[in-house]
Amino acid sequence: MSLLALQRDFGAWLRDGDGDAAAPGMRVYQNNYRASLSACLEDAFAHTRAWIGEEAFARAVVEHICRVPPSSWTLDAYPRDFPDTLAFLYPDDVEVTELAWLELALGEVFVAPDAKTLDRADAVNVDWDNAILHFIPALDLRAVRTNAHALWSALEAERMPPTVELLGGRHAVLVWRHDMVSRFRLIDEREEQALALARSGLSFADLCTAAVAVAGEVDGIALAGRWLGQWLADGLLTADTGMLDALPPIQTR
Amino acid sequence: MPPSPFAGFGLGLRKPHYAEFLGPRVAVDFLEVISENFMVDGGRPRHLLREIRALYPVALHGVSMSLGSAEGLDRAYLARLRALIDEIEPLFVSDHLSWTRIGGFSAHDLLPLPYTREALDIVAANVMQAQDALGRAMLIENPSTYIAFDGDEMAEWEFLDALCARTGCGLLLDVNNVFVCAANHGFDARTWLDHLPAQHVRQIHLAGHSASEHLLIDTHDQPVPPSVWDLYAHILPRLGPVATMIERDDAIPPLHELLAELGTARAIAADAGRLAA
Repeated sequence: MSLLALQRDFGAWLRDGDGDAAAPGMRVYQNNYRASLSACLEDAFAHTRAWIGEEAFARAVVEHICRVPPSSWTLDAYPRDFPDTLAFLYPDDVEVTELAWLELALGEVFVAPDAKTLDRADAVNVDWDNAILHFIPALDLRAVRTNAHALWSALEAERMPPTVELLGGRHAVLVWRHDMVSRFRLIDEREEQALALARSGLSFADLCTAAVAVAGEVDGIALAGRWLGQWLADGLLTADTGMLDALPPIQTR
Repeated sequence: MPPSPFAGFGLGLRKPHYAEFLGPRVAVDFLEVISENFMVDGGRPRHLLREIRALYPVALHGVSMSLGSAEGLDRAYLARLRALIDEIEPLFVSDHLSWTRIGGFSAHDLLPLPYTREALDIVAANVMQAQDALGRAMLIENPSTYIAFDGDEMAEWEFLDALCARTGCGLLLDVNNVFVCAANHGFDARTWLDHLPAQHVRQIHLAGHSASEHLLIDTHDQPVPPSVWDLYAHILPRLGPVATMIERDDAIPPLHELLAELGTARAIAADAGRLAA
């Protein structure tokens, strides 16, 4: 048997083989395989595990290992599909999937690329009339329907979690890293849309125009100003902001 | 050519001890980190490693290169490791004589290889590719294994000797792995060590293991046992300058306990006429 064939057979057996019928050494390898994936998911989703309970979490892990064999060289990638497995297993308990996504996102932004953030002192020198906002790469957001973020906070603080509630209106959870620490906050629909626009490359002036269209002349400008102040305080903007501040003048003869 | 020798005594850098290693100088000559834990884009892990590197020499020890994969190596993995090497300038870069990935499946375990001429060709080609991509010679570690293959065409030490001759790599000798394999496969550990091409050894791992019903398991969750210390003392007189370290990955004790174990290693080396750097 070629080495390639041997390794394919070995890999298939690790995934699907009957350990009870195998030699002790093969059982060690299969146990190592499953144990490392279980430990990875337990580590990445500690609060989700606490929320649904150890037995339920263990069943979800078994289901996930069967559904999604690992493919990346890094175990850090393995948790990425676990919220989808939970959504499949808990279709009526949306908070489970949302809590798992929040844990995943906090972990992902923790090791996302570094970027120099724009602080308030830098912001004074930006030509805001022409600036295009650039956001740090360590940022993610997702629309949510429940107070899973409050569950996470309670579990993190080892407090009694609140009752699951459906949020009124559309909301999203914004997750980012600042000063080496992963953070999150709940945002409303208008800020979510503003972030989507700004992250697509809209200039700050155009963002103000969009805010005016939604909230009127006075309130719109104030709203855009509040967003900008909050994003600066959060450390969401990079020092690249303002570098693309103005298109080069059109050359004319 | 294998990497230049470094004589000293070190520990694996693990989370419970981060703060102590960032504080007043700890009595180690180097630290070893698991490469993959720091092959991330940014954030605290990479920042921490830069801080540690400013204080101690660092060796990079990998678990996911899959040098025995019949499908070759993952170029994206090599590129990430090269970037880490360029930033950290490690003492050594090592990985295992094993495989973990095939056909888009990654087992995240150190899986065994048959010691055949075909496997030697494949591992040698992969080591050459890795060394080209990384810009330096690697150290290859003998693994703990729990099965043996009927079709083996050479002993493990012959495989390692041929691999070093073909690729210029060096060896990371894991003494505990020799003990575990000897117990699991029924050979004499001292005989294995006596045949090892000692001139290629640049680093030594010392660790503990656990016993299951049928086999010894390389768990790294125990102190180094007397049997492994005996083998360490046995091999030292055959080695040139070498970097020795204690590996502990589970049930991690307070740092002073690991430093005490490292003291034992220093004492054994001193008895063998091989004082710390």
